[in-house]
Amino acid sequence: MTVSYQSTVDTGGDGFARLLRAEWTKFHTVRGWTIGLVVAMLLTALFGLVPSDSCSNGDKPCVAAPVGPGGEAVVDRFYFVHQSLTGNGSITVRLASFTGGYTTHPGPAADGGPQALIPGLEPWSKAGVLIKAGLAQGSAYAALLATGDHGIRMQYDYTHDAAGPQVSATSPHWLRLDRAGDTITGYDSTDGQQWHPVGTAVLAGLPATVQVGMFATSPGHTVVSQSIGSSAVRGGPSQATGVMDNVDLRGSGTGNAWTGTAITNGQDGPQGFNGGFQRDGGTFTVRGSGDIAPDTQGGASITQPLVGTFFGLIAVAVVGAMFISAEYRRGLIRTTLVAHPRRGEVLAAKAIVLGAVTFVTGLAAAGFAMVFGVQHLRAEVPVNPIAVGTEIRIVVGTAALLAVAAMLALALGAVLRRGAGAVAAVFVVVVLPYLLGEVPTILPSEVQTWLLRITPAAAFAVQQAYPRYPQVDAQYSVIAGYYPLPPLAGLAVLCGYAALALILAAVLLRRRDV
Amino acid sequence: MTTGTVRFPSLTDMDATIEVAGLRKRYGSTLALDDMTFTVEPGQVTGFVGPNGAGKSTTMRVILGLDSADAGHALIGGRPYPSLRRPLRAVGSLLDAGALQPSRTARNHLLWLAHSQGLGARRVDEVIDAAGLRAVIRRKAGGYSLGMRQRLGLAAALLGDPPVLMLDEPFNGLDPEGIVWMRGFLRSMARQGRAILVSSHLMSELEDTADHLVVVGRGKVIADTGVADLIAAASNGRIVLRTTARTQAMTVLARAGATVAATSADTVTIAGLDGGQVVALLGEQAVPFSELSAHRATLEEAYMELTRDAVQFHATEAAS
Repeated sequence: MTVSYQSTVDTGGDGFARLLRAEWTKFHTVRGWTIGLVVAMLLTALFGLVPSDSCSNGDKPCVAAPVGPGGEAVVDRFYFVHQSLTGNGSITVRLASFTGGYTTHPGPAADGGPQALIPGLEPWSKAGVLIKAGLAQGSAYAALLATGDHGIRMQYDYTHDAAGPQVSATSPHWLRLDRAGDTITGYDSTDGQQWHPVGTAVLAGLPATVQVGMFATSPGHTVVSQSIGSSAVRGGPSQATGVMDNVDLRGSGTGNAWTGTAITNGQDGPQGFNGGFQRDGGTFTVRGSGDIAPDTQGGASITQPLVGTFFGLIAVAVVGAMFISAEYRRGLIRTTLVAHPRRGEVLAAKAIVLGAVTFVTGLAAAGFAMVFGVQHLRAEVPVNPIAVGTEIRIVVGTAALLAVAAMLALALGAVLRRGAGAVAAVFVVVVLPYLLGEVPTILPSEVQTWLLRITPAAAFAVQQAYPRYPQVDAQYSVIAGYYPLPPLAGLAVLCGYAALALILAAVLLRRRDV
Repeated sequence: MTTGTVRFPSLTDMDATIEVAGLRKRYGSTLALDDMTFTVEPGQVTGFVGPNGAGKSTTMRVILGLDSADAGHALIGGRPYPSLRRPLRAVGSLLDAGALQPSRTARNHLLWLAHSQGLGARRVDEVIDAAGLRAVIRRKAGGYSLGMRQRLGLAAALLGDPPVLMLDEPFNGLDPEGIVWMRGFLRSMARQGRAILVSSHLMSELEDTADHLVVVGRGKVIADTGVADLIAAASNGRIVLRTTARTQAMTVLARAGATVAATSADTVTIAGLDGGQVVALLGEQAVPFSELSAHRATLEEAYMELTRDAVQFHATEAAS
């Protein structure tokens, strides 16, 4: 019998690493795929340099919003009747009455005079007692306040909100703030005798001398009209009036005359809505308009330079689908599976290589957009700042969004074995829900919300820069950058779809003859 | 070829054989493989012959684990293909020369395959030279002619320096010079002790190349035989005599008990006597002749005879 041939070729490397290297070699030796990724990168990064729409401030010049102690943009507009307090002390008042009025459109009335107010409080109209580091907008504060609809609240430093008793706005109520060093504690009482703590604020670095007093403010009135195919928001400024008596101010440096100050930047108060106060013996009537809250509406979104992500996603989806469907088209999949018969590993290696190159591409693109795109945007309009950690989450999240979407496209390409079919499928499951969910007035907003909850397009939530605040009534619309799911939950939805598609692809790849 | 340490005794201990036993495969209503059974031995070229649709490619796909058989098994050196850790080191295969990404260069095609087996660029360059592709290797595979693709596929099959080679229709698209080259190449591979299975739907392509034949039709083996035996059987010991005295020669030989037939104006075919007897008889009787040769059937003739028998056999079987 003939002696079998004995090879003398040396081999090195082993296992899954070999396969990864082979798939990487495959990927980078097809110029079209590299070009596709470069296109994805350019689309993602360079849309940020397209001139942006200006901030939505009507005909007034855009002014950067004040920044609160936490680094976020804030609204800080109210009427403050105050005096200074040095060191520890307290303020106690009885809120005897809390009323308000609103308008339904901005600007003057038809006759050119001020608009007549329609009686009523806004849900988040506020009146109560306030301790503030200074009179500058954005300075640290703590307040115990009554609201139109949300009962007694302890709020501080714009973003913090703790609920107290749910009381009617019209019932008289006792409010107290105690300062001890940096710590301010709010108490409420129905009778001025029995006090219940509502919340405690630690305002780090609070100066020795602070402003203490009474305030009132009221956010704009909005009417949202929803119908299929359209959504309109109308509204005008509102005003809240708090009548406070039994004022008891304790602590050193107090006992001076009360001063009334409209806390504004001098521009943002609608005419006739800058507030004021009257004193009648021990009774103070404070009128104010505005809000003390995080700014959810003004300024440009820091993620505006990332709008190109959507187009980048289409490009990486095409590359992802082609990475496997091209092999089916040419019969090359047989060569691949002959070289590595463990088919599940082949799919895994493809997904890892594709995911890694797409992630790196996305990281570069999103990083560029967040640095240079935002810089470019800031030169034109005020941009609401966010924490560095949030910026990193947006950049890394955007890269992950692109990478996972590419892997989903790969899996669909493996299932359908056709490039065009896979790209169409990605379009249907990712791009279409995104468009339908994102573009205003295409669908009723409830449907849009659900699309961005249950479809892979939910992953765009990783780009949400600003949190939604329950203590601020605002249009938390998708177009304004607010998604129905938290950032990582949204990304997890896409990951879930990709994982399911990859599992299906692996099962089919194993079962099918090729 | 490099002389390095062989690190994988499991591989080199392997017998260079392909063993196909009882393969059955149905696609819808078509029975593609119907108890396909044969063995490919090392050190020779085994021709895998049959008309298009006989199940040759399907058998090869099943051997490589690409298609699953409904019944039976296929083993490489005693192991199922999918269990091989470095399959290209065990079997080099060429199924479809057109299975290439057109925008990838031929060299990069070999490179990713090499990487998948833990091989490097040096081995790629070796097989490029072996396949005679050095001048065109940096071109995109999409621009390759069919003949160049066959050579590229052959280079890919050689990457792992495997003891078993399995090539599906490698002569397709080759020019006459390429066919001669391919024959020489296959014979030299076999001489090194490799087991070579080469499919073809044209018997003539395997002339002077195959040592052994597995002839298939309708998904089953019709004949599994050595080429020399096959041709001898088809030749049936006949002798061709060229002579100007045809009638005289036929008379002399027929009288001596041979079966003689005139095949042209100056040739006769003789059966029943060997060459020595014919020469002696003609010499005794002073019959002039210019040439005496053994009748050698062509492979094509042998194949036709074989398949004719197979058809008759089927017909008899069906009648009984």
